[in-house]
Amino acid sequence: MGKTFAEKILAQKAGLAAVEPGQIVTARPDLGMSHDNTAAIVQLFHRISLKRVQEPGKFVVILDHVVPAASVEYAQNHKDIREFVREQGIRFYDVGRGVCHQVVVEEGLARPGDLILGADSHTPTYGALGAFSAGIGRSEMAALWATGELWLKVPTSFRIELEGELPELVTAKDVILYLIGKLGADGAVYRSVEFAGPIVERMGIADRMVMANMAAEMGAKNAFIAPDETTFAYLADRTKDAFTPIYPDPDAVYEKVVRFDVGDLEPQVACPPGVDHVVPISHVAGKKVDQVVLGTCTNGRIEDLRLAAEVMSGRPVAEGVRMIVLPASQEVWLQAAEEGLLAEFVAAGALVLNPGCGPCLGAHEGVLAPGEVGLATSNRNFKGRMGSPDAELYLGSPAVAAAAAATGKITDPRRLLEEGR
Amino acid sequence: MIAGRAWKYGDDVNTDVIFPGRYTYARMEPKEMAQHALEDLDPAFAREVKPGDVIVAGRNFGCGSSREQAATCLAAAGVGAVVAKGFARIFFRNAINSGLLVLEIPDAVDAIQSGDRVEIDVAGGALTHKGRRYPFPPLPDVVREILAAGGLIPYLRDRLAKEG
Ligand code: SF4
Repeated sequence: MGKTFAEKILAQKAGLAAVEPGQIVTARPDLGMSHDNTAAIVQLFHRISLKRVQEPGKFVVILDHVVPAASVEYAQNHKDIREFVREQGIRFYDVGRGVCHQVVVEEGLARPGDLILGADSHTPTYGALGAFSAGIGRSEMAALWATGELWLKVPTSFRIELEGELPELVTAKDVILYLIGKLGADGAVYRSVEFAGPIVERMGIADRMVMANMAAEMGAKNAFIAPDETTFAYLADRTKDAFTPIYPDPDAVYEKVVRFDVGDLEPQVACPPGVDHVVPISHVAGKKVDQVVLGTCTNGRIEDLRLAAEVMSGRPVAEGVRMIVLPASQEVWLQAAEEGLLAEFVAAGALVLNPGCGPCLGAHEGVLAPGEVGLATSNRNFKGRMGSPDAELYLGSPAVAAAAAATGKITDPRRLLEEGR
Repeated sequence: MIAGRAWKYGDDVNTDVIFPGRYTYARMEPKEMAQHALEDLDPAFAREVKPGDVIVAGRNFGCGSSREQAATCLAAAGVGAVVAKGFARIFFRNAINSGLLVLEIPDAVDAIQSGDRVEIDVAGGALTHKGRRYPFPPLPDVVREILAAGGLIPYLRDRLAKEG
């Protein structure tokens, strides 16, 4: 009987011949990732009464959540983290390098066939490159530092096949929002989600990362996209280490296989207060917005910035709207500067921030006031996510964000592009 | 052996009703957390729960936020086990890592009513209710050891101390 990706990779990393869904195994990950929460993990680590991280080379710490520090408390956390990583010899990226998930991928730290555990709920992002990656808690990261291993339950697998040809300005973000709307926020709880089909095969790494990143919003433990030429070409410049991709068997047994034809999809929008409150854009067109955020680990890559600039095509940001652009990493920032995109955004009246999470988690750099309406390219719109619990947050693609910035209301980006022609 | 009365609830019991969000950032010892366990679902629970009592619930128990206190407060309240049709992923992990036994036994959930007496033989791998045995697969060694130690952090501390 064939095995799914999750079953194959977890058997391998646990040193077993085969595993079954539901089985609990002790696995040794290739990489452990944490961010600003490393300060809290250090405290838990000390409670184990250990002085040294056992295999420091297997960990990475990236400061991204509240960078640069927005308060003395955050500054102290960052300071403690810097000391700890220096003392332990852990690979470290300081404030300004970028959002953790983007940095891991850019640095070639996520490779096909890797098992990666991260103390962040969007760790499934690296499934875009054929890794098995899942989010864990803080005590669990402390445990990994101490022993290099952790118990994991083998998930059942769920395969989603996507067919058709995406219409112009309909993006990976629209596809994943559509799927979350259809399947629900608990549609894939504890499942390993494999995305497949011609739509996914044609996607670049940036789009595949959008899919894997937001699989977390259906409750998935991990996401997987089969590594192919696109993956290998992306990694060629980024890692010298050899890797061995793992693929599901053709006769693997899935709990569910679903097929969607997304050939006539409209741009999609998730309405507050749930990521699964998804509607086609025509249903909410005309809703006025106060702030637009383009960026985050979901949609802050160069492809996203290019798309947004194309949709705006020189139009200014509408009066009364604040547009915040935050490239997901330094690399994206520099590339966008080189291509003149940052200058275009600033000339249009937008505000360009440093790479980082920024307002995505509602901590700083542009939170919403009570009664305000935001539209962001991020991945969560729960009550209070971007500031006040009495603000409303809509989620959409970079094209939708650009159209909202240029018109001051939720607008089908295709209409704008038409007018511009 | 775990033995006590059953407290039965429905599907989708979320972490907000298990441990209210208004307390998440308050500094609290587990004993104090226990006083707020299930506060927004069943105010009688925290007052009347006895060590060894068992929570019985439907699908997706512990869904919602990832707060670890939802598991800690139940463990500190003396709950012997949570038996459900299914658990939200993070709650399931947090529970074991806090030393709280969690079991998926759907048939037993259907049969048990609030107030019934329930016994769980962890080593023997069975729950007993009204004379009927509901077997469950043996817990993996690592999970048994983590539960016995009272959670992941104490488990590691003991283990590393032994290894010297
Ligand atoms: S950008 Fe937002 S979703 Fe991504 S890691 Fe940062 S806070 Fe989390």
